[in-house]
Amino acid sequence: MSAAAVLSASTDEASKPRPLVSIRDVSKQFANGTIAVRDVNLDLARGEFVSLLGPSGCGKSTLLRMISGLGEPSRGTIEWPTSPHDAEGHASPDLGFVFQEPTLMPWATALKNVMLPLTLKGANKRDAEAQAATMLSLVGLKGFETSYPRELSGGMKMRVSIARALVTKPSILLMDEPFAALDEITRHKLNDDLLKLWWEQRFTAVFVTHSVFESVYLSQRIVVMAARPGRVMADLTVDAPHPRDDMFRTSAQYADLCRVASQNLKKAIAG
Amino acid sequence: MSDITAPVHVPHDGTDAEARPIFTEERRILGIARSTWPGILAPIIIGIFALGFWEWIVHARSIPHYVLPGPWLIAKTLVADWGTLSGSLWITLRITFAALIAAVTVGVALAIVFTQSKWLEMSLFPYAVILQVTPVVSIAPLIIIWVGDINLSLLICAWIVAFFPILSNTIMGLNSADHNLINLFQLYKANRWQALRYLRLPAALPYFLGGLKISGGLALIGAVVAEFVAGSGGNASGLAYRILESGYQLRIPRMFAALIMISVTGIAIFLLTSWISHIFLRKWHESAIKREN
Repeated sequence: MSAAAVLSASTDEASKPRPLVSIRDVSKQFANGTIAVRDVNLDLARGEFVSLLGPSGCGKSTLLRMISGLGEPSRGTIEWPTSPHDAEGHASPDLGFVFQEPTLMPWATALKNVMLPLTLKGANKRDAEAQAATMLSLVGLKGFETSYPRELSGGMKMRVSIARALVTKPSILLMDEPFAALDEITRHKLNDDLLKLWWEQRFTAVFVTHSVFESVYLSQRIVVMAARPGRVMADLTVDAPHPRDDMFRTSAQYADLCRVASQNLKKAIAG
Repeated sequence: MSDITAPVHVPHDGTDAEARPIFTEERRILGIARSTWPGILAPIIIGIFALGFWEWIVHARSIPHYVLPGPWLIAKTLVADWGTLSGSLWITLRITFAALIAAVTVGVALAIVFTQSKWLEMSLFPYAVILQVTPVVSIAPLIIIWVGDINLSLLICAWIVAFFPILSNTIMGLNSADHNLINLFQLYKANRWQALRYLRLPAALPYFLGGLKISGGLALIGAVVAEFVAGSGGNASGLAYRILESGYQLRIPRMFAALIMISVTGIAIFLLTSWISHIFLRKWHESAIKREN
């Protein structure tokens, strides 16, 4: 089985059901004139695990923030055909967001941090506590409900951050290089646990990274981006079954997939 | 020798969550950790030596007590005149704390209003600065004439001095919330009130408490300065007035006694505000956390 056959271009648009997110001709220009993203067209299917892979400055974070609604595109549209819309016709998808830093409130315990999205939605306090506690145990932090962020390691803080993003049971989880600041051993463990959560809970995952290995290990699909201006260069399908584990990480198939993704990234960087 | 308590057992779940820290408890003497004792004892020993030297030099040089009374004479005066002095202390304390409470209320309220509306901040903040930079001694007589009621005048003077650090620190704190956390609140469509209650106010707390420590001392200084101004008109009875009165009557030991009471009050206010700060921040803020390396 050749690597090229394994990593093929995405299949035809027509055969797919309606996407969760539909990105059409999206460009983003900042006030200083920098074009961060240019003419991006992308459909995100419900339940898939997609990585946005590219060098720094390729606009992958900007694209992620636009999907989340934190920044409006300068041109083009981002539509959520299957999500609820508010009275003014704006889509209000249920989403979770994980930043590059854990971004926890230092004055609140792990449990209170995870409760935050529910608290802001006006949920009943006891229900919110119960749900947050369940979520904390799902990310492997049972027994740390009353710990403050400063008492937790970098990896544990990131787990709290993921628990907070997932506590509302969102249909999509957006992650902006969440594990970039962690050491490799911790990162591998968090990758495994993230995949397990995704496998069990079936949310759509959009994962921004600059690591070829991480994107191949996690994703079903890799969108390769190039910088200046940020644009999509390749859309690869990672044709390896889930659930994946350490066996996959050491397999020849994984090495092949990584090589093909690397070649695509190299081409993207070269322009 | 420190006792090492056993780590709390966490079920083996294959995460780094198992790395519960092993806390070590330091030995305590009279309920105070052993390492904090030198910090308490050293200044006390220095103080005793200084007081001894002072007493000795007053006797050795036969310095008259209307120039420099010895510490023992001051202590005796403090006890003998306690009735008058404690009454004055009570008056000064009342003004100080009323001014501090007013400074906290107005300072925090204005800071919240300013951070909600840039227009209000732009239009009003310069006047807050003017109030701050005008020496209170120079406007105290005017305030006393305008307001009429002497206690209220003193309160206003002390408030003017005390409120600015709270205002400016709280504004800074309210604006210092983590940018990503602000984004997170936007993502969850939090309203202004939620952003204030769950994000901006807690983020402002360390800054506010820093302001409170400064303002506590300033409220006392403001009260004493205003009393001096009012006292020269002969219509106040706080500790500053006792100092003026003793000066006129050449009752220098009593003057020293009143002075010491003001200093001790200042120290007590500082300790109180530091303690409040510690209580609020000990669980999470870097400033209140002991590091071992």
